[in-house]
Amino acid sequence: MAALDSDSDEDLVSYGTGLEPLEEGERPKKPIPLQDQTVRDEKGRYKRFHGAFSGGFSAGYFNTVGSKEGWTPSSFVSSRQNRADKSVLGPEDFMDEEDLSEFGIAPKAIVTTDDFASKTKDRIREKARQLAAATAPIPGATLLDDLITPAKLSVGFELLRKMGWKEGQGIGPRVKRKPRRQKPDPGVKIYGCALPPGGSEGSEEEDDDYVPENVTFAPKDVTPVDFTPKDNVHGLAYKGLDPHQALFGTSGEHFNLFGGGPQGTSNLLGEIGVNKGRKLGISGQAFGVGALEEEDDDIYATETLSKYDTILKDEEPGDGLYGWTAPRQYKSQKEPEKDLRYIGKILDGFSLASKPLSSKKTYPPPELPKDYRPVHYFRPVVAATSENSRLLQVLSESAGKPVPDPGTLSRHQLNASKRGELLGETPVQGSATSVLEFLSQKDKERIKEMKHATDLKAAQLRARSLAQAASSSRPQPSSPDVGHCSWRVASSGGTATTKASNFKPFAKDPEKQKRYEEFLVNMKRGQKDALERCLDPSMTEWERGRERDEFARAALLYVSSHSTLSSRFTHAKEEDDSDQVEVPRDQENDVNDKQSAVKMKMFGKLTRDTFEWHPDKLLCKRFNVPDPYPDSTLVGLPRVKRDKYSVFNFLTLPEATSLPTTQASSEKVPQHQGPEKSRKSSRWDTSKQEKKEDSISEFLSLARSKVGPPKRESSTLVIKEEEHVTESLSNKTVNKDVDSQTEGEGSRPSMDLFKAIFASSSDEKSSSSADEQGDSEDDQAGPGEADFKSSQATDSVETSSVARASEPAPQEPAPSFPIQKLQIDEREAFGPRLPPVFCPNVRQTLEAPQKEKHKKNKEKHKTKKEHRRRKEKKKKHRKHKHKGKQKNKKSEKSSSSESTDSSDSQSDEEGPADLSPQELLKRLKSLPLRRQ
Amino acid sequence: MAFPEPKPRGPELPQKRVKTLDCGQGAVRAVRFNVDGNYCLTCGSDKTLKLWNPLRGTLLRTYSGHGYEVLDAAGSFDNSSLCSGGGDKAVVLWDVASGQVVRKFRGHAGKVNTVQFNEEATVILSGSIDSSIRCWDCRSRRPEPVQTLDEARDGISSVKVSDHEVLAGSVDGRVRRYDLRMGQLFSDYVGSPITCTCFSRDGQCTLVSSLDSTLRLLDKDTGELLGEYTGHKNQEYKLDCCLSERDTHVVSCSEDGKVYFWDLVEGALALALPVGPGVVQSLAYHPTEPCLLTAMGGSVQCWREEAYEAEGGSS
Repeated sequence: MAALDSDSDEDLVSYGTGLEPLEEGERPKKPIPLQDQTVRDEKGRYKRFHGAFSGGFSAGYFNTVGSKEGWTPSSFVSSRQNRADKSVLGPEDFMDEEDLSEFGIAPKAIVTTDDFASKTKDRIREKARQLAAATAPIPGATLLDDLITPAKLSVGFELLRKMGWKEGQGIGPRVKRKPRRQKPDPGVKIYGCALPPGGSEGSEEEDDDYVPENVTFAPKDVTPVDFTPKDNVHGLAYKGLDPHQALFGTSGEHFNLFGGGPQGTSNLLGEIGVNKGRKLGISGQAFGVGALEEEDDDIYATETLSKYDTILKDEEPGDGLYGWTAPRQYKSQKEPEKDLRYIGKILDGFSLASKPLSSKKTYPPPELPKDYRPVHYFRPVVAATSENSRLLQVLSESAGKPVPDPGTLSRHQLNASKRGELLGETPVQGSATSVLEFLSQKDKERIKEMKHATDLKAAQLRARSLAQAASSSRPQPSSPDVGHCSWRVASSGGTATTKASNFKPFAKDPEKQKRYEEFLVNMKRGQKDALERCLDPSMTEWERGRERDEFARAALLYVSSHSTLSSRFTHAKEEDDSDQVEVPRDQENDVNDKQSAVKMKMFGKLTRDTFEWHPDKLLCKRFNVPDPYPDSTLVGLPRVKRDKYSVFNFLTLPEATSLPTTQASSEKVPQHQGPEKSRKSSRWDTSKQEKKEDSISEFLSLARSKVGPPKRESSTLVIKEEEHVTESLSNKTVNKDVDSQTEGEGSRPSMDLFKAIFASSSDEKSSSSADEQGDSEDDQAGPGEADFKSSQATDSVETSSVARASEPAPQEPAPSFPIQKLQIDEREAFGPRLPPVFCPNVRQTLEAPQKEKHKKNKEKHKTKKEHRRRKEKKKKHRKHKHKGKQKNKKSEKSSSSESTDSSDSQSDEEGPADLSPQELLKRLKSLPLRRQ
Repeated sequence: MAFPEPKPRGPELPQKRVKTLDCGQGAVRAVRFNVDGNYCLTCGSDKTLKLWNPLRGTLLRTYSGHGYEVLDAAGSFDNSSLCSGGGDKAVVLWDVASGQVVRKFRGHAGKVNTVQFNEEATVILSGSIDSSIRCWDCRSRRPEPVQTLDEARDGISSVKVSDHEVLAGSVDGRVRRYDLRMGQLFSDYVGSPITCTCFSRDGQCTLVSSLDSTLRLLDKDTGELLGEYTGHKNQEYKLDCCLSERDTHVVSCSEDGKVYFWDLVEGALALALPVGPGVVQSLAYHPTEPCLLTAMGGSVQCWREEAYEAEGGSS
């Protein structure tokens, strides 16, 4: 837009067409309506657009042939007079003027043709590229390389040039041979090994007689045969979309049987200009024809015989194309030309070899004997029995084999010791023919006894089951099997019970199941009256008989189910009705020891736990690491079953790691969940009182030693007090089978647990105090500390609640607060905090500390509520599980006191601002006392 | 070779500020070098990730697509892709050249504190405050992680990966090392919440920083304490630590606005490099040269050794 004042016109450069300046009083022009927007050609004719592809040149009259008047041309001009003038009609005579224009198919403008365009360097590169493209896995993948052109020729080129090489020539010694017609067709330049056109073959003889002796020629520029291994999964000889074929049309008319490789290159080296008439478009094998293309005969790459050679002939002797596959006479022909030498300088330090390389000697294959017939016939196989021994002998004699002495064993029937005997070796001590022979006499004896006993047992059982079969009205066809199977049950001993726990045929009726298990146990001991003893004496005779029958069948079924059924089914991942949950087998054990170790800086064994850990197979593969446990399907830490809803899943019980045998027993726990459980006393019952004293004194000493952070300790102590009660209730379920001696004094639950359960009360205290301190000192540091502590607590809450349904993220969007608030909320929730934002260009400004505090309080309330809810749930569950426990009441009391405690702390929080550590300490001291 | 090795020079510490990048993306949560140290990534609190040439101070590309602030990022060994994790609980795999999101892995229940590629950039490991480390497969289209390492009892603050190990520091005060080759998990108790862990470059030791303002150098195989480094202040924030390019010094951020250098063997404080008034939030050490990047507030500083001359003198 030109500026209005004329002075500045010189300085300004204006681009584009300026809007016409509006005259005053003139109304702005209306835009041209759509129907008036027409396209006309130079002569003002309407132009019509023909579809999307053609780009819109008009044909005929409004999409028809002819003119407005129809088929008659508008003006008839007789050509009779000037027929003589125009002798030959070119294609131009039939073209429209649009076709001859700049963008038509036959532009008239003068342009440099490819032949004269400066591209000598490009040709070399082109060739290299085509070579690469032919060998590349994806044809045309080298296109990218073309975009990056080197600034100068490579060193190789320079070296070659210095040695006398010129572009367009081949490499090697100069050849004494007749000059070949370099240009068989004036229009087409052929480089390298392009196939000669059919017509020019005969012309070679004519040129023969004009070769001066002393003239040598540069070798032909030949694209070497490349023996590319087939490393793709395409079909044989499949070539993907070759960009040269696709973009410039197919030029390979002729298949060369003798050079698979050069076939591609020959047409590659053919001039692109040959196919210039063709429009560009993508075509190739398995690609369709574009809308512009007319010939569609080539798309499916039909093979015709005419494409192949039918006669063996050397196409072009002397070009070195054949390599090692050359016909013999062709090779020998080359021999006398060995004396040729490089005309170019031989590089310093090199000389021509005086004698040829010695060739490897080849040996002919051995000659076959005259009477050899390449047919194999089989001898009849005759089993060696007494009747046909003669026949055998005859047969073997005919086969030229000596008849084996019936007394001596055949070679294959000998074992190692016997072979040794034959060879005269001294036999190995004990003449071990089987493992049994290595056993001492005593052991053998024992085994024999065992065998005898089990045989006896089996016999007994068989007898019993037979008797059963006789007594029951139903016939049992497989009664001997019953005995056998049940014997197997019995003899498998320890495994039987564990497996029986998996297979519970009478799971619906626990009483019956128990009787059945008793039956199995009795049977295992080999008691004859196993059934009679375990049956309920109060049952009627009919019932008893029925149950006996059932049990026997179940025992049978159990074995078969174990072998057949178990192979078809997998265990349910999540048993809905079982009160068990999978927890890691090994857990990081007691933190207290480690804390003291850390304090003493005794890192190493004391602070380290090592677990078996199974990485996922895929992860190993991705890390390029062999799977350390190739046979296991486990992923992560090995897991065992524990009671669901038990807090102690998340305890770090030392016995879990120290006594691996207890795992098995804890697995079996649910099976035996019976009345005897409540009878067991735990050590918490007895030593509760003194323990309490103990911990208080411990706490006090701790508090004295460092006045600074006593809050957390204290809160855990409070928890510990309570823990004594609760643990006494439920740790029996976990370590019922463990005698109380093994769980030493160190079996204190981890800190995490306490934090998890009672986090709210503790962190309220600490954070509130920290808050207050922070307010007085610094806006930044104060909340930070509090944040961290609270976050630690809330985090561990989360972890402890993993087993439960995953709860929503602790922060909920409070609608009344803007997004900023949310952000704060989240930030204060977890982990070490991120540093504050100092830079001025941040979008969110620093929040007012007051609000933040308020928000925090709110959240704390929430978590507390949650805790209470969970506790109630737990309580309920506990009640449900251990009915009739005398400690139930107590635990209720303690938890209620806990809740009062938490309400206490709530009120604390609203209390006076500056709490000195001493005061806090005092208050804390008073807390457990009050509880007592 | 024919030439004798040049005499090893004494280690120089980067203490000359050669560049300050004003990142313009809010607070810089983390700054990371790429694999060869020519470029760096800055994670902004305005949901963007930026790629820089730190020596020239040129911004090369901005990667936006996170739904919340970006907390950590890492580059692949071939510089072809990046991964990042942030407050939106997502782990994102980026294409460096196009700046497009290649994959977005969702599954964490909380903020993603730390991300790492494995050696061949086939797996992304991400540590989150949901106390799990998740291993995401970059090769397949599977939306779930290959494996979840959920042994930690509290948020994961730092994850480092070697060719066959995963080193993770957690707020529960433990450093866990998962050895894939041995199929074992080694858990070292440190006590205080871990803020950062890293392997030494020789792979024999692990450096652990925790919220008790202490850095500890532990023997990787036995867990024994090899050295303890104190003097800085780290009590609230998640700050980075690392080792210098030849394992000669231990480097750590501090809340008093300095970067502390300790001699690794002697444990003596070698240098307290004042950076600015705020907290040094993050740092990254060049893999081969004495070059340090520090992040404070919204800017990143590039430090070189005293003798360093900017090549060409261009900015």
